[in-house]
Amino acid sequence: MNWVLNNLDLIGRLSLDHLRLSLPPIIIGFIISVPLGWLAYRFKLTRGFLLTAAGILYTIPSLALFVILPPVLGISFLSELNITIALTIYAIAIMARSVAEALDSVDPAVRQSATAVGFGSWRRFWVVEFPLAGPVILAGLRVTVVSTVSLVTVGALIGIQSLGYLFTNGNERRIVFEVLAGVVMVVIIALLLDALLAFIGRKLMPWAPRRAKVEKTDLRGPIRRAGVA
Amino acid sequence: MDLFVSALQWLFAPERLTDSNAIPLRLGEHLFYTFVSLLIAAAIAIPVGYFIGHTGRGRDIAVGISGAARALPSFGLIVLLVLLVGVLLTPLAAIIAFVLLGIPSILAGAYAGLEAVDRRTIDAARAVGMTEWQILWKVEIPLGLPLLIGGLRGATLQIVATVTLAAYVGLGGLGLYIIKGLALRQFDQMLGAALLIAVLALLLDGLFAILQRVVVPRGVAAGQITPNVRSRSRRSRAAAELSAR
Repeated sequence: MNWVLNNLDLIGRLSLDHLRLSLPPIIIGFIISVPLGWLAYRFKLTRGFLLTAAGILYTIPSLALFVILPPVLGISFLSELNITIALTIYAIAIMARSVAEALDSVDPAVRQSATAVGFGSWRRFWVVEFPLAGPVILAGLRVTVVSTVSLVTVGALIGIQSLGYLFTNGNERRIVFEVLAGVVMVVIIALLLDALLAFIGRKLMPWAPRRAKVEKTDLRGPIRRAGVA
Repeated sequence: MDLFVSALQWLFAPERLTDSNAIPLRLGEHLFYTFVSLLIAAAIAIPVGYFIGHTGRGRDIAVGISGAARALPSFGLIVLLVLLVGVLLTPLAAIIAFVLLGIPSILAGAYAGLEAVDRRTIDAARAVGMTEWQILWKVEIPLGLPLLIGGLRGATLQIVATVTLAAYVGLGGLGLYIIKGLALRQFDQMLGAALLIAVLALLLDGLFAILQRVVVPRGVAAGQITPNVRSRSRRSRAAAELSAR
């Protein structure tokens, strides 16, 4: 316990590093996933290809991906960019699927009504389909946030500073509380970001079903999505 | 691309089969830890999941636990347990960590599988005089099997990935080549092992994907999560309505 009290500044600094590493993959992943998810939703051919590719990429264990990516992209093993790209890939793999499923879940009658009152396909997507798909997309985003925050720690094995440093350093120095502090901080950051997204979702999308639907996706989420460590 | 060539050379060098750190040995360790942990996790999570799915009791707790467990960093959990249980008992500590990480998705698969069964089917089973036990074994479990296998699939991936990380605390397995390669700056070894691990994960995933299809009772669409009844054009919708009649 003493270790924690004496190293609060280190824990704080690493938490900020951790946040700085976690956010870009989530944000970039989200921005890329919307068009990809739409492609998967709209065309049968691209659906099969995109969802299979996402499934395959998602299956590759994180440490292996951190090693395979650099030579493919021609970047350094030890660069932050490596982690950022790898985690962006995982984020896309989760969210592209959930965007596609979310768009599937929009009531076809609503879609046709929008067309009937004169919406073009571009405006219909942004004004009708995307907002209605929002709650399910948000569920996917929340899964991504939690898994990304947890995966950043693996970067410590290849020397990227994050809360994962407390695991490697704590292991070398045999300080249980150092490792525990890392685990607790990761969980806190993940749950805080998750709660923040849930809050934003409620404010932005008052039409979201209060429990039933979102919870159902939540419940099936872990089955497919808990894959990577 | 040179690196990939040397990685493949490393992977297929004859010493990989013979030296003290041979691939079959590490692969064996990797699979051993994966399946032992998967079995223990399944033995714990399936009965609990079926209880929740059949009775509907404790569902909120289970959802909460599987949600919170996803936030746990697997790497940290392993290091923490090894330090707590003791370095001498690393395998035990690691297996506890793998089991803990495998339970949430199996649990979710078990109860979601039962919950996905149409209530009318269960009412029908009750109406023809099945006991609760028969309903569980003859109706709910077979119908929920694909989702359960899906849960096992997720748990397997999670465990395979975490066993890779566990090489860091001295467990062995295929991750050892990556950890060693990092220390010695031998990128061919790291990359070769990473490719092997990726292939292993994909093969196991493919195996479960096949299993998931095989266990669907004939003529049953329940459990296949492909809600592809969307109709884009009026024509296809009309066709769907026609064929539904």
